[in-house]
Amino acid sequence: MKANNLIPHIVLLSIAIACLLPFLLIISSSLMYEKDIILQGYTFIPKKITLLAYEVILKDPQQLINSYIVTIIVTIVGTIVGLWLTATIAYVLTRNDYKYKNKLTFYVFFTMLFNGGLIPSYILISRWLNMKDTIFALIVPYLVIAWYVLLMKGFFQSLPKGLVESAKIDGASEFKIFVQIVLPISKPALATVGLFLVLQYWNDWWLSMLFIDKESLFSLQFLLIRVMRNLEFLNTEMARQYLNIDRLNIPTLSARMAMSVLAAGPMLFIFPFFQKYFVKGLTLGSIKG
Amino acid sequence: MSQLMKAIKDFKKNFELTLLALPSIIFIFIFCYIPLYGLVLPFKNYNYRDGFFRSPWAGFENFKFLVNSDAIIRITRNTVVMNALFIVFGTVISLILALLLFELARKYIKLYQTMLFIPFFVSWVVAAYAFRAFLDMENGFINRMLEFFGKEPIMWYSEPQYWPYILVLISIWKGAGYGAIIYYTGLMGADSEFYEASRIDGATRLQQTWYISLPLLKPLISILVILSIGKIFYGDFGLFYNVTLDSSQLYSTTDVIDTYVYRALKSLGDISMAATAGFYQSIVGFVLVLASNWVVKKVNPDNSLF
Repeated sequence: MKANNLIPHIVLLSIAIACLLPFLLIISSSLMYEKDIILQGYTFIPKKITLLAYEVILKDPQQLINSYIVTIIVTIVGTIVGLWLTATIAYVLTRNDYKYKNKLTFYVFFTMLFNGGLIPSYILISRWLNMKDTIFALIVPYLVIAWYVLLMKGFFQSLPKGLVESAKIDGASEFKIFVQIVLPISKPALATVGLFLVLQYWNDWWLSMLFIDKESLFSLQFLLIRVMRNLEFLNTEMARQYLNIDRLNIPTLSARMAMSVLAAGPMLFIFPFFQKYFVKGLTLGSIKG
Repeated sequence: MSQLMKAIKDFKKNFELTLLALPSIIFIFIFCYIPLYGLVLPFKNYNYRDGFFRSPWAGFENFKFLVNSDAIIRITRNTVVMNALFIVFGTVISLILALLLFELARKYIKLYQTMLFIPFFVSWVVAAYAFRAFLDMENGFINRMLEFFGKEPIMWYSEPQYWPYILVLISIWKGAGYGAIIYYTGLMGADSEFYEASRIDGATRLQQTWYISLPLLKPLISILVILSIGKIFYGDFGLFYNVTLDSSQLYSTTDVIDTYVYRALKSLGDISMAATAGFYQSIVGFVLVLASNWVVKKVNPDNSLF
């Protein structure tokens, strides 16, 4: 390491650590005793550490588990179906021999330029399609996103053209060519766009806010919004009755933080492992809208 | 007749590929094209009982109401000014980070990159939790620090004057790592000959940054900035709604078009007003996207959308 590299190191390291401070504060606060929070406030270095907040939540984790199931189903179904819909249309758009290529390209990308706004979509989904308070409302709106089609199209364009042509000469059907030749050699593309879909579905609270009132369909992120607003679902009443804790020590503020750790923590550890794919997608996609 | 025959022949020849894309085509039609009917909504007095078709016409009443309300100036100003600040500060900080990363050997970069990138994976809901731990009025870290140093605590969630700064800081926290990676990748594509030649000529690192790296990044910077100007009429709903805890006392600096539309829909149930504000956003947003694309085309035709 050269001496004049010290300054970049110091600056980057301090900024990088600063980026992580908010997470540290959530975690340390979730490990505090209620009375210490009242005394010290949320702090990076708690006086005493306790898992009480986690115990209280996990005593009756039904809503949490339920929200995990909702989020997992939405993410898996949304990603698989979304990937299929995105890949098929993106592939067709890269076929130069496809007669309607230009018209179809315009049809897809016009949606990036202009949209009817929130209200007409809201009326369409909730009133005309009757998807309010169904799991479909959490999946369907994100299935085909023009930006992902564009990204996928970019990947497909770099595939060797000869492959498809020779398969066509052999008399293979278009469907067969797509499934048996194009998809298997496009795994990095599918992984990249797939991960963006996973991130989008996993982190979504917007569709729940619009369309979901039923507690059984609360996604993880929406559960967190509700907990933030009015401290429901934290089992505080139960803690008082069963864990025999005096009033001052019932964890509510720390339980709120613990809930966000339990709901958001696991995936936050997993996503960075796939950073490579996200970076690839972002650098490819950034210069295209 | 022969034209019709040709059309049918074309259709048959392209039938398989059309069929492959058909589910997506139908899907886009339902969820992106049918909602365009909403452009008519602002001209109606929508009510749930009568629905879209039987609700009475309102002429320009909804527009008159919106233009005469205080809200229109507030939400337009907040959306445009805050987005402009995000663009300026986000770009500068991302560039600084990218240039710093570029100074280091590859093996260190991975670690910094991962740390800077983590906020990208977080939803605005979780971000709201994290920043509430800092800004909470009673127990927040910052107010306790202020008290510790003998200062008065600040009622963060009811004093709007601080929020432009807070929001800029938070948007940098969430997005600068991602921006830095894009610019860093741009630098990696640069020809190392420039740097070697300048080193032989005795250029310092700072001179290299100023005279080589930045000019090399100029096209990328201009494209990204122009594209974000095209989206300046769309606020980041999660940032303005979740992170502010939707505190109504902050609206004078944090209410943007998107939060206004949402509130008109969900809290007030005023569909016509929500649709009118949405219409205003769609139309102006469309003009801005077209304009920005036109500029991109002038700068670098390869990067334009169409």
